[in-house]
Amino acid sequence: MGREPGSPRLPPSDRVLVVSDVFAQALNGLAYGVLLFLLSVGLTLIFGMLDIVNLAHGSYYMLGAYAGVTVLMMTESFWLALVVAPVAVGVVGAVVERLCLRPLYRRGPLDQVLLTFGLIYLFEDLVKWIWGGRIRSIPAPALLTTSVNVLGATVPSYRVFVIVFGLAVAVALWLLVEKTRLGAVIRAGVFDSEMAAGMGIPIDRVFTGVFAFGAGLAGLSGVIAGPIQSAAPSIGATILIPALIVVVVGGLGSLKGSLVGSLIIGQAETFGKAWLPGASMLMIYAVMALILMLRPQGLFGRPLK
Amino acid sequence: MKAVTRRTFLGGAAATAVGVAAGPWVLRAHAQSGPLKVGLVLPYTGAYAVLGESITQGMELVFARENWVVAGRKVEIIKEDDEMKPPVGIRKTEKLIDSDKVDILTGPVHSGILLGMRDKVHASKTILIVSNAGADDISRAKCSKWIFRTSFSNWQPNWPMGPWVAKNVSKEVFVAAPNYQAGKDQMGAFKESFLASGGKVIGEDYPKLGETDYAPYLTKIKQSGAKAVYAFFSGTDAVGFVRQFDEFGLKQSVKLTGAGFLVEPDVLPAQGKAALGIISGHFYTPLLDNPTNVRFVKEFREKFGGKMPDGFACQGYDTAETIVRAVKATNGNTQDKEKLVAVIEKTEFDSPRGHFRFDPKTHNVIQPYIYVSEVKEVAGGLNNVPIDKVADVKDPGAGCTLPA
Repeated sequence: MGREPGSPRLPPSDRVLVVSDVFAQALNGLAYGVLLFLLSVGLTLIFGMLDIVNLAHGSYYMLGAYAGVTVLMMTESFWLALVVAPVAVGVVGAVVERLCLRPLYRRGPLDQVLLTFGLIYLFEDLVKWIWGGRIRSIPAPALLTTSVNVLGATVPSYRVFVIVFGLAVAVALWLLVEKTRLGAVIRAGVFDSEMAAGMGIPIDRVFTGVFAFGAGLAGLSGVIAGPIQSAAPSIGATILIPALIVVVVGGLGSLKGSLVGSLIIGQAETFGKAWLPGASMLMIYAVMALILMLRPQGLFGRPLK
Repeated sequence: MKAVTRRTFLGGAAATAVGVAAGPWVLRAHAQSGPLKVGLVLPYTGAYAVLGESITQGMELVFARENWVVAGRKVEIIKEDDEMKPPVGIRKTEKLIDSDKVDILTGPVHSGILLGMRDKVHASKTILIVSNAGADDISRAKCSKWIFRTSFSNWQPNWPMGPWVAKNVSKEVFVAAPNYQAGKDQMGAFKESFLASGGKVIGEDYPKLGETDYAPYLTKIKQSGAKAVYAFFSGTDAVGFVRQFDEFGLKQSVKLTGAGFLVEPDVLPAQGKAALGIISGHFYTPLLDNPTNVRFVKEFREKFGGKMPDGFACQGYDTAETIVRAVKATNGNTQDKEKLVAVIEKTEFDSPRGHFRFDPKTHNVIQPYIYVSEVKEVAGGLNNVPIDKVADVKDPGAGCTLPA
């Protein structure tokens, strides 16, 4: 409280505290940023490939959390929930892409925005219908319920797991997209889907696959966030805004952008809350505005035509 | 084709004018035998959706008991989702008053929405029975003859907690609440009596309403060296704050206390063991052993799939009970607003929270008791076990001069 970082008048013992203060908050920001990454990477992939602003992306996050709740209730295994729930959400995503989105590809973005916006409400009601409006939660696995000391900062061990897990997912995604044949197909689709189709790539099956994969990643982030937050019908709509901001900051369609954007927004929001509590909401918007002024296409987006 | 002459035109215009002037009269005369329209402006989506649901369920329990007929009029409830957004809540209020022409308006949950709708309600002389929002001003400078409140003023559950925390928990606390009217009101009431009891606030933070990550605030609390925290959060915010408080290992070294909303039965199951030991002040806990409450808890759980009623359900119950009793007392007449106000003012009954009555000076409920409760493991799971109580807690009502 009221301590100025780096203020020379502080006694040495306090200065150590200040450094660890900053470090502790940086770790908080990292955990939050990694969560944002897991959520936004699917959104940016879907946008890059299908050219769709999927406003219902938060709904897959919510569905993931609820699917996780159900798997946990049935099996009491967090790790099983972490595998089963994203797959289930991916299947829902595939169905939505085939039945709802496909007929709209040739139409303007406004129709797609209206459709995916409507889906938010549909999924919210569906969840109330199946699980009820009551707030649910996913307990952290027993292994990860304590907190650990990282260089003088106390961090819940679950958040350390989130950081490690999220960064591992980032590396795996990078390997998938950059080093495999499937990745090459996806990159071709992102670059120019018509040309890719002309080269004999079954582009509509790839579209479904990418959409399902993106939805599954959102579902995964819903389960991962479960032990920190809670499952309620409203969480999908709440989480959508930061995810959209990350995608805009990082550049639409860029995997690297969604990672860097998430980490920047995670730190901006965390330090905003810690140091400028009155203006913490402003922080992420200020960062977004600044980046867009310098690079209108986002950090790693393709230049605007 | 027959030409429109000056005479037929004037005749038509006159008939239209008479129709327009008489229309409301005809409608009103009809309304007396028509349905009793009760408008609900509540959140059915967003961070406080569970609150809106509990309030509605509490009301439905009472109306179902009356077979949805009061003084010969069929009860028709019109639910409007305010989405927890003041502009939406105000628009829905206008719709219920102007197009649906409700007999009685209830809601909202959000204090900001209540303050926003207040002038419209007051100017249109609509009877509003506030079923949650605790904005202190509605019992003070902005009180209105047409507005009653069955829930609480933000001041009520918090003010008795100041001296209690100073005496029994710690004289140094960190306070935290969501950044909106209710958060500021509730912390203000606590600080007022806590400081007067020799307490010291060593830090305070106001996260946004609907916050998902409390880590930066929890790190600050840890670094402040506070021995206790006094907090107000509700709905998903309460679940997030309480669980993350435990996640960060603060529970071992810092006592968490607060307004009862922090650990209401709507959020306790999701909070789980993280909520154990939290001490809070509230006018209701499902464990009260008065006969009305015992019946209320039993019937509520039967009707709503085993769900434990919370303070919000009790507020809904009391709102509907007030409506039923008042409309019966006027034999179904809701047009004579002055009479209806006079009747509501005198409405008294046994509520699940104790003996219910309004303060004639402010139209706000006088809390029979504010219970200091601790979350403990009891039969049927976690619940708020009363450990102390303060009787007859009445909002000071400074600045309210009813009838206004």
